[in-house]
Amino acid sequence: MLAYTARRIVYVVPIVISVALVCFLLVHITPGDPLVAVLPADASQELAAQLRAAYGFDRPLPVQFGLWLLRALHGDLGNSIATGRPVLAEVMRAVGNTVTLAIAAAIIGFTMGVLLGLIAGYFRETWIDKVATSFAIAGVSVPHYWLGMLLVIIFSVQLNWLPAVGAGPSGSNSWAWDWAHLKYLVLPAITTSVIPMGIVTRTVRALTGDILSQDFVEALRAKGLRETGVFRHVIKNAAPTALAVMGLQLGYMLGGSILIETVFSWPGSGFLLNSAIFQRDLPLLQGTILILALFFVFLNLLVDIAQAAIDPRIKRG
Amino acid sequence: MSELPLSATADAALQAAPATKARGYWATVGRRIMRDKVSMACALVLLLIFLSAILAPWLGLEDPYKGSMIRRLRHIGTVGYPLGTDELGRDMLARLIYGGRLSLVIGILPVILAFCIGTSLGIIAGYVGGKLNTAIMRTVDVFYAFPSVLLAIAISGALGAGILNSIVALTIVFVPQITRVAESVTTGVRNMDFVEAARASGAGAFTIMRVHILGNVLGAIFVYATSLISVSMILAAGLSFLGLGTKPPEPEWGLMLNTLRTAIYVNPWVAALPGAMIFAVSICFNLLSDGLRSAMDIRN
Repeated sequence: MLAYTARRIVYVVPIVISVALVCFLLVHITPGDPLVAVLPADASQELAAQLRAAYGFDRPLPVQFGLWLLRALHGDLGNSIATGRPVLAEVMRAVGNTVTLAIAAAIIGFTMGVLLGLIAGYFRETWIDKVATSFAIAGVSVPHYWLGMLLVIIFSVQLNWLPAVGAGPSGSNSWAWDWAHLKYLVLPAITTSVIPMGIVTRTVRALTGDILSQDFVEALRAKGLRETGVFRHVIKNAAPTALAVMGLQLGYMLGGSILIETVFSWPGSGFLLNSAIFQRDLPLLQGTILILALFFVFLNLLVDIAQAAIDPRIKRG
Repeated sequence: MSELPLSATADAALQAAPATKARGYWATVGRRIMRDKVSMACALVLLLIFLSAILAPWLGLEDPYKGSMIRRLRHIGTVGYPLGTDELGRDMLARLIYGGRLSLVIGILPVILAFCIGTSLGIIAGYVGGKLNTAIMRTVDVFYAFPSVLLAIAISGALGAGILNSIVALTIVFVPQITRVAESVTTGVRNMDFVEAARASGAGAFTIMRVHILGNVLGAIFVYATSLISVSMILAAGLSFLGLGTKPPEPEWGLMLNTLRTAIYVNPWVAALPGAMIFAVSICFNLLSDGLRSAMDIRN
């Protein structure tokens, strides 16, 4: 197990470096001068050259990448052009809010998904299965930003039960676990939860169906085990794959929250990314994408290791 | 004596055989999917949306660009405006139907492009193997390190807003996924006897890939690609929704949803209409893809 873990960690190193390279190159596929946001419109040639040298843009690309990577390893992702504050601090503050949202959505989506999937898989080809499967297909097909708008229309505009945008009452600067803040979380969390709900339902349904059709289940029933006992065997066999899918979905929720955060003005990493794009704040854009992608890579690594730890069938040799 | 009835039935069976001509694989798949009510209903809905989008200029609709300050945000069911008007007083029915043109193109084109590029890359990687395989597949792995929504937004955010950039960004998102599927199915058939036979009879690598491999892997890759159309529609409209795709005043569902967001307090149901179109197309493609997958799974 230790050897497997070590090997998986070593595999991640080239991926991390390539991810950093992609993030670095993003700025260089950007049309126009990367200095355009800091240079005054009437800047002289000398000033432009001076700034270019100050930012290191006059050096060859591989050197620039090396220097950038070295600074990034020391936790220095540069300063935001718009606010002047360090990028890393800005991103980490926003990521906290995204994690809150993703975890709330995961609790809703995974619980619903596992329940619907188990029921659908157990009652395969009955009307119960059809209802659960329809829910799942609707969940993966719905444009989630539109679902967010619909929920705002129903629960904020029409019923006036829940706030439409923001992450806390006015005057509140940070997140807190009280109702005044929680009611801001309800609609974004439900919106974020539909895709994982659909995917987990489909996965668990397929797993349950497959396991129930295997011979050992027949044997369990033949020896007189009650259905609840059979169910325990099903859950045990389905758990590793289901957990892997959920881990991946958690990663998607962290990295793909930009549309929902924009709809609800939720001050997370996606919202930050959105403003970085439209203010042409390239260091912030680069830093946000890098941090989010690294989160995703490490979450994948954790899922792989956890899966190997709980599933003896995975080859560790 | 007892053999006679047996051979008689065998003869009868032999004579009956030519009447039911042996169907090819794709004919069987086609017949099976025609029998699936859900798939056919979805195909019908999609056909209607596609036809109305293509034929939009000849349907006698209002001008989708012409607004009017005095008839802004009319409700659904207003006389003359069956689906109301938008925030600039433009007819919603016309904009939704015209909107299909751009929305469908920017949603489906990336999958078609990625299907062509990804299939070629995957087959080459799978058939040639060795260093080339490692080079292609490790590059693909890098793109897998990004959640697809983040990757799409990062690329189109860096390239800047525009229809072409959004198509390029989405194509880049889907190429690695299709390449991975194509590579794995190709690896599955490359060592089969008929490939070996083709090689023994002197066929070159390109001929083997084009004639013997492609025909055997295309079906699986195609089904996978159709399942991506739903995601692509949602992402393409999502990019426009963020302001990274289509630019106003073009009618496009994602962009319409964005500009109508300000109207949800005045006329919420009109504001929600473009999203319903994206949802309809996306769910129909998903169900159709599921139907195709089970129709192609002849074992069941």
